[in-house]
Amino acid sequence: MADSASAAKSGGWMMSRRENISFWKAALIRIAAVALGLIVCAVVIVLLTGMNPIAVYGGIVSGAVGSTRRLWVTIRDTMFLLVIAIGLAPAFRMRFWNIGAEGQVLAGAVLTAAIMIHYGDTIPAWILFPVLFLTSAAAGAVWGMIPAFFKAHWGTNETLFTLMMNYVASQIVNYCIILWENPAGSNKVGTINRATKAGWLPKLFGSDYGWIVIIVMAFAVLMFFYLRRTKHGYEIAVVGESENTARYAGINVRKVIIRTMALSGAICGIAGFLIVAGSSHTISTSTAGGRGFTAIIVAWMSKFNTFWMLLVSFFLVFMQNGTIQIASQFNLSENIGDIITGILLFFIIGSDFFITYRLHRSAAEA
Amino acid sequence: MEENYAIELRHISKHFGSVAANDDVSLKLKKGEILAVLGENGSGKTTLMNIISGIYHPDAGEILVDGRPVSIRNPADSLALGIGMVHQHFKLIDVLTVAENIILGMDGSMVLHMDEVSWKIRDLCSRYGFDVNPLAKIYELPVSARQTVEIVKQLYRGANILILDEPTAVLTPQETEKLFDVLRNMREAGHSIIIITHKLREVLEISDQVAVLRRGRYIGTVETKDATESLLTEMMVGRKVELNIARPEPKNQEVRLEVRNLTVVNREMVRTLDDVSFTLNSGEILGVAGVSGSGQRELLESIAGLQKVVGGSIRYIPPAGEWEHELTNMTPDAIRRLGIRLSFVPEDRLGMGLVGSMGMTDNMMLRGYNEGAGIFTNRRKPKSLAEQIISELQVMTPSVSTPVRSLSGGNVQKVLVGREIAVRPKVLMVAYPVRGLDINSSYTIYGLLNRQKEEGTAIICVGEDIDVLLALCDRILVLCGGQVTGIVDARTATKEQIGLMMSGLREGSANG
Repeated sequence: MADSASAAKSGGWMMSRRENISFWKAALIRIAAVALGLIVCAVVIVLLTGMNPIAVYGGIVSGAVGSTRRLWVTIRDTMFLLVIAIGLAPAFRMRFWNIGAEGQVLAGAVLTAAIMIHYGDTIPAWILFPVLFLTSAAAGAVWGMIPAFFKAHWGTNETLFTLMMNYVASQIVNYCIILWENPAGSNKVGTINRATKAGWLPKLFGSDYGWIVIIVMAFAVLMFFYLRRTKHGYEIAVVGESENTARYAGINVRKVIIRTMALSGAICGIAGFLIVAGSSHTISTSTAGGRGFTAIIVAWMSKFNTFWMLLVSFFLVFMQNGTIQIASQFNLSENIGDIITGILLFFIIGSDFFITYRLHRSAAEA
Repeated sequence: MEENYAIELRHISKHFGSVAANDDVSLKLKKGEILAVLGENGSGKTTLMNIISGIYHPDAGEILVDGRPVSIRNPADSLALGIGMVHQHFKLIDVLTVAENIILGMDGSMVLHMDEVSWKIRDLCSRYGFDVNPLAKIYELPVSARQTVEIVKQLYRGANILILDEPTAVLTPQETEKLFDVLRNMREAGHSIIIITHKLREVLEISDQVAVLRRGRYIGTVETKDATESLLTEMMVGRKVELNIARPEPKNQEVRLEVRNLTVVNREMVRTLDDVSFTLNSGEILGVAGVSGSGQRELLESIAGLQKVVGGSIRYIPPAGEWEHELTNMTPDAIRRLGIRLSFVPEDRLGMGLVGSMGMTDNMMLRGYNEGAGIFTNRRKPKSLAEQIISELQVMTPSVSTPVRSLSGGNVQKVLVGREIAVRPKVLMVAYPVRGLDINSSYTIYGLLNRQKEEGTAIICVGEDIDVLLALCDRILVLCGGQVTGIVDARTATKEQIGLMMSGLREGSANG
């Protein structure tokens, strides 16, 4: 009986799965959740610091988008987070727990740095950028394919495998830092090609980050259609739901797993290229900066819809960059930002429950 | 004076969201009697029993045990009242022994006296006619013995009211007989028993009273001695139902599939199919009978290209004038590319045949999504196929994009069978095609199979209800432990004969 309406008992309240919910009702529940979250945050701010929460919120807004420069930094960081989340989307759609985006980003980044250092001044720019793009993609793809290959052939656990690949990538970066150390003894690579700017992404629309926006948004659109409209996307969805069904339908499950992880890793590798060539112009073990993990939240919260990913990425980066500002402005610990973000995420994710389920009083107690 | 019943339910209601699983149900179980609770799938039988055993709490109504109103808040309460439930899916731990499983979770002194436990179990077994070794590990036991363990477990814990949920689903006819003997012994000893089932013949054989549920509502209780199959069916379905399954005569038979010495081994290197040979003709339904897990799944999956074969061959012989094909160890995709229209309705509908989270359109696409050039999928044809199946097979669904997981069992099966016959197959394999379906849907499926048969399709039908196989099929192949114990003519074979073959006797000796 319970298959059409799963239900559970909780005191005098009953919950039951909603048959369907209108777009506007769902949107209203989410907006209410954010509003409620902001109110709870305000209470917490007052209790912890005694400050005016409106002023603190104002500080966050100003820190995130208060000036053209801050706005561009927020846009740039949003794009970095978004592109990694886009890379993770097909893997997670396939229920392949790719915890290895950090490593895949580093793999792409380290190859970008290597080519910039060794060939940046010899290869003309119009060849250099396609080469950087493709090699970083290849590096990320290889990094993603290794755990996929083992999973497809011997059923290894991809969560542990991808996680450990992160450490391997991190050690490779450490090794390269010693190799490319500049100036000697600093234990840093320093800005690559500071004088010639070879391999630095050029300005577009008057911004250093114009190319990043164009490339990432192109990925967002392509990934949206790839997952929804292509045969590959359909195969990924079927494999993710049930490998048995996939085999039954004549899908080569091994091939799909390896191919999808190659794609996932390749996009993460390109993220490494964008970070190094487009923004930091150096490499360190923190080039990925934990974005590979944050992007997991972005991908899941957005249910793999790349346009929702844009919103979620922006929200997380907005909060992050905003709180750096309030930390200095109000002399607060930067951790206050984590608290606020945490509370807001709790409410937003929690609102999903009310969108999926309906609560009502049980008719009677026997 | 008012009679005290072992259990009396008064006006029980239970809702799941907007669905009423039980709506004002009243039942009485007399002491020392066997009450059959009869109803189609989804009629609320299991929900009702889960209320008695404390898994669910009713929204309204009251429960009386021994004439006293009781509140059953959890399974422990239920056990304390002497109610024991044997679930459809056994709750046993494979690596522990029978005795260990029986005392698992019971209170007692810090020191375990397993000898004493074993002795007590042996005593129980001899008293009621069970046959089980307390020291055997569960994984060593056949399914029927596991069920025995579940029953003994409840008795050991002091249950004098026993509830059995579909106990015969996993048994051969002979094992069912044995179970019924034990139940009769228990009745003699004063136990009261509720048996949940949808098999009419068993109801008539074992019970004293029959209570019928329909769509969550209590329809009525009849004395078994006054009941007939057609009366009970009418109560169950709500109107008169023709219970005869049609069996058109096969026409223009020619060999379509030839299986020779097929052998399959599993991970533990056990032969799940052992030297299986048979032929399948166009225009016939070949039934496959056997206790569950006798190799039925492996047989169908090896033909479909989903199971690696270690020995033997599978040959497909197309209608005259075309090439014969060796199908052994081909992938489903390769078979399809040869242009062979082979359809397969697997046992696990939502875990293999369909994708539960997808709508009908996307599920239609599982077949042929890869056809046509280009990287994009085309949903136009699948969508019109989905709409056609909805109207031809009367599928109840809000829309073609509603996840098929949320449809009822019968509708899920119509979607799957509809898709598989839409390709006009030359070979059609169906596993347990009416499992979990109500009578109406079952007859729709029988009708579809017969129509395919008349169009010349060669059909293999794996079934669990031997009465149905005997009525529907032309020949029946019996499997036991991965071996073919015989192939019989369904028009002349008897249930007893097939039952003996299912438990390992070869065809010749079964006849003798």
